[in-house]
Amino acid sequence: MVSAPFLYAVLLLAVPVAAIVMFSFWSQSYLDLDTTLTLKNYREAAADPIYGQLLARSLWISLVVTVITVVTAFPIAYFISFHVAPGHKSLWIFLVTIPFWTSYLIRVFLWKVILGYNGVLNSGLLGIGVIDAPLTFILYNLNAVVITLAHAFAPFAILPIFVSLERIDRSLLEAALDLGETKVSAFLRVTLPLAMPGIVAAVLIVFIPTIGDYVTPRLVGGPGGLMIANMIQTQFLKLNNAPMGAALAVIAMIMVTVVATAFVLLNRRFLKGRS
Amino acid sequence: MALISLSGIDKYYGTYHALRDISLEIEGGEFFSLLGPSGCGKTTLLRTIAGFETPDKGVLTIDGRDMARVSANRRPTNMVFQSYAIFPHLTVAQNVGFGLRRSDLTKAEKAREVGAALEMVGLGGYGARAAHALSGGQRQRVALARALILKPKVLLLDEPLSALDKKMREQMQSELRQLQRQVGITFVLVTHDQEEALIMSDRIAVMFEGEIAQLATPQDLYLRPNSRRVGEFIGMMNLIPGRMDRDGSQMIGDIPGLGRLPIVPDLLTDGQGPGDCTFGIRPESMSLVFNGELPTGKFVDGTVVERAYYGDMTYYEVLLDGGTAPVTCSMKNLVSRPVLDAGARTRLAWEPGALIVFDAA
Repeated sequence: MVSAPFLYAVLLLAVPVAAIVMFSFWSQSYLDLDTTLTLKNYREAAADPIYGQLLARSLWISLVVTVITVVTAFPIAYFISFHVAPGHKSLWIFLVTIPFWTSYLIRVFLWKVILGYNGVLNSGLLGIGVIDAPLTFILYNLNAVVITLAHAFAPFAILPIFVSLERIDRSLLEAALDLGETKVSAFLRVTLPLAMPGIVAAVLIVFIPTIGDYVTPRLVGGPGGLMIANMIQTQFLKLNNAPMGAALAVIAMIMVTVVATAFVLLNRRFLKGRS
Repeated sequence: MALISLSGIDKYYGTYHALRDISLEIEGGEFFSLLGPSGCGKTTLLRTIAGFETPDKGVLTIDGRDMARVSANRRPTNMVFQSYAIFPHLTVAQNVGFGLRRSDLTKAEKAREVGAALEMVGLGGYGARAAHALSGGQRQRVALARALILKPKVLLLDEPLSALDKKMREQMQSELRQLQRQVGITFVLVTHDQEEALIMSDRIAVMFEGEIAQLATPQDLYLRPNSRRVGEFIGMMNLIPGRMDRDGSQMIGDIPGLGRLPIVPDLLTDGQGPGDCTFGIRPESMSLVFNGELPTGKFVDGTVVERAYYGDMTYYEVLLDGGTAPVTCSMKNLVSRPVLDAGARTRLAWEPGALIVFDAA
């Protein structure tokens, strides 16, 4: 008997992934799809430096975005959990989700407006005389991609960290003070380790989607800020080379799997035995 | 010189007056209890001593030192929290050794101290266990070891036994008492359980609504409660509304059901004069007269209204002839004593010396 949820999972998850994997072992000869199994695409991906470079850059951007997002999200989550009156916490969490009210695409465009040559930031800084000429290192490069992605994913990082902070029994912190720790050392010895599951969750939630993002690099990345997903899109659509695109997609997927698995194992270690 | 001295402590939460002019002294080596119903301020008072609450007025000194500018982490006090506050990410040994980080001991010395502390609370060999794998009673022992390892001048215990089941609680009560005698550290216990306070304490402060209602030894508190409310809170007490009249140099009490008799000044809680008042008498100061027994005291007749059989004891509700409401009297169950049913006529003996006179309700 095949149950409905199983069928659903097979159709929506397994079949598309299997199709991609299958495509990656085929090849394209002009307009026709050659369905003989071959490792040609993988060989090409390994041989041509452009792919390796794009993969490395994607990984790097995701890591930087993840670190920046989580590091900036933590103080916000901490403030809401520890310094906002209990009755106001849900309001604050609601406010955190405000960026979601506009589409992702529009938010990326807005960063273009903010970071552009004649943008809000440059004209503002010029106006108050901090700079003499518009800054050019903030748009159409890696920095712009990092800033835009970090902003877009901030709520995803704030929420799991907030939840893990909320679950910390406040008497544990008093116990740490009672046993001679200062507020800072109590934070390092108790709060931070206990918030770890939330931090690891935030890292995963930010890292996994950013590595495959293609809207942001396309719009604000310029030529130097393109990522692997842009190449996959180009292979599939412009170059009409679905097998090569599929092979790159599989490689990116494996990369994500490796990093995510490492984090999940880390999370297990921290979660071990928590109620 | 008292080890802990509080004078004129006041604490407000907004407009709520949590502690009202609390003054008391706790001696070194004493087992002191703060007893009261929930919301009476006993935990706030304990947390004030620990340094987690700052009083709005008043002076707190520990060992002669003013604590106003000493934060919780530098006070010579350690606390056992109601939730035990065992660090879930650490092992038992890491929990117990948590406070030793700042000490000058070597690693080996610290390990030895932790081992000794665990041994002391009966958890020898549990050091490597994960904290979350412990039972309630074991968590409590870890919390105790973690606090005592720092050799504080004062150990503060916030309702430490309330989360345990009855058997475990009774066992921990005697163990805590023994431990306190053994280490000689001053224990300050917060509890709402009057029995627990009576069993464990050298002295008890009964608190109501942010004020200390009575501060006395367990025996004094039980035998000589200074108000109707304390009498009702500690143990069981029959409260019978009646009146007193002056007859020459003597006061005569008129107690419905128990009759008229002279009241000696010792029985008054607040120098009460003639007029309406409430007479209090404990259930064990009255007994049913069974065939062949020759109790002393005064005798009255009545009818059993209800009885509750507890195995070792039977509690009878007896409506005395001439009384307005039934009184409770407790009888130890002996082989020679029958258990009376509701409706049975009986004779009741009582000790006039056990009476206490409170203000009228």
